Amino acid sequence: MSDLLDATAREIARAVAERKVSALEMAEAAIARVHARDGAVGAFLTRTEDLAREQARRVDARLADGETLPLAGVPVALKDNMCLSETRTTCASRILEHWIAPYTGTAVQRLLRAGALPVGKANLDEFAMGSSCENSALGVTRNPWDLGRVPGGSSGGSVAAVASGMATIALGSDTGGSIREPAAFCGVVGFKPTYGRVSRYGLIAFASSLDQIGPITKTIEDAALVYEAIAGVDPMDATTVARSVETVLDGLREDLRGLRVGIVREFDLAKLEPDVRAVYEQAYRDLERLGAELVEVSLPTADYGVATYYLIAPAECSSNLARFDGMRYGLRVEQADVGATYEATRAAGFGDEVKRRILIGTHALSSGYYDAYYVRAQKARTLIARDFEKAFAACDVIACPAASSAAFEFNAKSDPVSMYLMDYYTIPMSLAGVPSLSVPCGYVTPAGARGPLPLGLELTTPLFTERALLGIAHAYERGTQHGKHHAPPSLESAL
Amino acid sequence: MNLEVRGVPHEAVIGIECHVELKTQTKMFCGCRNVFGGEPNTNVCPVCLGMPGALPVPSRLAIELVVKAGLAFGAEIPAFSKFDRKNYFYPDMPKNYQISQYDMPFTSGGTVPFWLADGTQCGIKLTRIHLEEDTGKSMHAGSADGRLSGSTHSLVDFNRAGVPLMECVSEPDMRSAVEAVGYLEALKRTFVALGISDVKMEEGSLRCDANVSIRPAGASEYGTKTEIKNMNSFRSVQRAIDHELARQVEVLSNGDRIVQETRGWDEAGSTTHVQRSKEQAHDYRYFPDPDLVPIEFSPDVLERLRSELGELPQTRLDRLIGNDKLSVAQAHQLVDTPGLADYYDAATGASGAPQATLNFVLGELSRLANESGIAVGASRVTPQALAELVSLTEKNAINSKTAKDLLGRLWTDGGSPTEIVTSEELGQVSDVGAIDALVSEVIASQPKSAEDFKNGKDIVMKFLVGQVMKASRGKADPVLAEERLRAMIGAKN
Repeated sequence: MSDLLDATAREIARAVAERKVSALEMAEAAIARVHARDGAVGAFLTRTEDLAREQARRVDARLADGETLPLAGVPVALKDNMCLSETRTTCASRILEHWIAPYTGTAVQRLLRAGALPVGKANLDEFAMGSSCENSALGVTRNPWDLGRVPGGSSGGSVAAVASGMATIALGSDTGGSIREPAAFCGVVGFKPTYGRVSRYGLIAFASSLDQIGPITKTIEDAALVYEAIAGVDPMDATTVARSVETVLDGLREDLRGLRVGIVREFDLAKLEPDVRAVYEQAYRDLERLGAELVEVSLPTADYGVATYYLIAPAECSSNLARFDGMRYGLRVEQADVGATYEATRAAGFGDEVKRRILIGTHALSSGYYDAYYVRAQKARTLIARDFEKAFAACDVIACPAASSAAFEFNAKSDPVSMYLMDYYTIPMSLAGVPSLSVPCGYVTPAGARGPLPLGLELTTPLFTERALLGIAHAYERGTQHGKHHAPPSLESAL
Repeated sequence: MNLEVRGVPHEAVIGIECHVELKTQTKMFCGCRNVFGGEPNTNVCPVCLGMPGALPVPSRLAIELVVKAGLAFGAEIPAFSKFDRKNYFYPDMPKNYQISQYDMPFTSGGTVPFWLADGTQCGIKLTRIHLEEDTGKSMHAGSADGRLSGSTHSLVDFNRAGVPLMECVSEPDMRSAVEAVGYLEALKRTFVALGISDVKMEEGSLRCDANVSIRPAGASEYGTKTEIKNMNSFRSVQRAIDHELARQVEVLSNGDRIVQETRGWDEAGSTTHVQRSKEQAHDYRYFPDPDLVPIEFSPDVLERLRSELGELPQTRLDRLIGNDKLSVAQAHQLVDTPGLADYYDAATGASGAPQATLNFVLGELSRLANESGIAVGASRVTPQALAELVSLTEKNAINSKTAKDLLGRLWTDGGSPTEIVTSEELGQVSDVGAIDALVSEVIASQPKSAEDFKNGKDIVMKFLVGQVMKASRGKADPVLAEERLRAMIGAKN
């Protein structure tokens, strides 16, 4: 069983479907793996062992009834900003530390319907605000490749769970890079579909116009499998798009012949450390070797991405997080009157980064500043989206780094802006809404690292072209074999 | 109302903002039922409770009802509209923001026409109508009067949270409290007729605030306004505005300034008191709600909604008053009683006698309806039956007493008046010979009364006519009977 835990979701689902192993046996194996490894990694805030067993029994019964379940018996980690009924759902925040969700969100529900087994709720930066997972108020998650380094964020727990073999797949959420950057840091695949493809119902909102749920997996094929299970219009989310989801599994390619890969002029590799730069130069050569033609494209407004994002996302979060006031659920620090109770509750319940963004957003929306900040940021967002449209007139896919470095050590980024710049390569895609993913593309061993650290190549295609994107990424993955899952060395020595 | 400040005539300037709960099956953004009352916090779900991760999905019907309201008043319906978030903290607001509309409401402009009782025609301009979600209700416990002040704790009921709420904002076009009430009645009449709302002030499905100021008559600038809240009936709207106008006249007469503030109407004390001054005004930080996509109306949809309006109450009032020559009060009574105007129209169409039909509809039929609790339109008296009855009386084929009795029978048993009159020989006796026979009989049986009348006691005539009617089993023509009685008693001399 524990061998199967290191297999792909596709392989597990097939083995379970063929009754070579039961879903319950997979659940027990995953639970044992979490017991053995999570002490070192710290991926989970809540383990959902009973739920995993219960779900496994249901899956076995459904298989016995002749149902076909694409994710039968596949252990899944759920980022803890996704509601799972009767389970603690915290957003890694003191304010929701003891909150039990009264319902299950749509994407999670669809995964369960497809037969996946929830092993636990994974750590994140508080309310998904951060790029290292260090902003969690409830726990520390370590990078399985080097336990002295961060897993990236905000979906740090989800990627660490997959990278350390405790879960075969995970759901993350990506607002400005929160799936792609940590996936790069932990050497797994992280995929953010087009905004509107996956329902946000049950995803506790950070920035509603940017938040998007997506798969974190070991392979592109698994990402396609999970995507097919969770994508599609949802009557509970008015922003989901009512166009049919193309099948993606049958669009996976073996080469890149006839494709034009756009290399962004403004993303100058010379800005990177020489060893990191060498990995990306090799990645571009590999794309060429697999048959693609490299073309230069321009995203002239991409440099404004971070500034634009840090107005729109905080503005939305200042409103989204207003409901956490101690009145109906969550932490309540009782004071003499309502106003004082609000203040004391929110002062004690939110961490510094969350407070910082609420303040920035409240300011950006306030009377007299709205036009200068929020309205201008929306205009910049439109320009960035237009840049992508123009670039895609000249290429089929854009390739660039998913992050400017490999995973860094804890407490390495003490000032907020240097942390915000970690998402320099992922934010423009979020603002444009386009589908984008990170796939392992090589390793570097910086001074002081306990072994090689993975890097991720970010691939991006036009709106609603997930089929093309996953097809291209699959060809790259097959043609390079970087993600071939050898267990992270530092984890093995720690265990 | 005569407004005069130190000898200078003033005029009132009044604008009304009202919130109307829409009559939809479900709440605005979730599947919970839209019903009044219930055990606190039983008609709720993650969406209307603002639970983490829950998302709003708009009710198409609610949006269409707002557009219909706009179309009914000739408002402009922009092709493109959106929802915005109005941000402020309040314990009865689940998300601490209210989904509302800021700069792109579903309707803008339009005019609300209506008649005042004295026959004046008014037209009050609308600024806009927009759609938002209602909040929950706070209740304060531990204080003597249920007010926040002095209470030990507060309770919140979210059953009402998320009910679709339409806000209608008027221009400051009204010049008296009577006009303000006329405007509100016109809104109510239209919303009820179109199935947009029940408009029950006592259940809070209509809530209104009045912005009131005064200025020298004919001035173009506005005076400082106050906002009056807490009015829970049309009558209290009228009283509160009149009270506020008088208060403002007094303040200015004393040489003081009007302070811009919100004042609450206290029905029991017949006075207003300060609730909030302008300094405490909020910055609501409106911005487009990213959970909801902008809404576009195609010309086809607007055309369909327009065609669903039917004859508007105001058009009908104009017709009843203009063509049928009804008084404003009669026309309002017909239009404001559910189904009554339809009934009247059907009966009049068949009888061709508006005034006689109206007398039955507003008289005997309305009395029977009130007595029985059954609406006229739902009774067993069909409009056709009433029309027959009207024709029978108009032709003098039956007298009014028979008509009234017959109507009572039709109310309980239904049927055709013509058939009943024929089969039971209820036709009015108008033949002089037959009447004379009855009159002779009565004179013979009531010699004292006949004698009294003869001696100048005119008052007994009524009694004598009654005796003739009785002898004819109600069928004698009472006018002819009196005529013959006078002639024949007099003739004895």
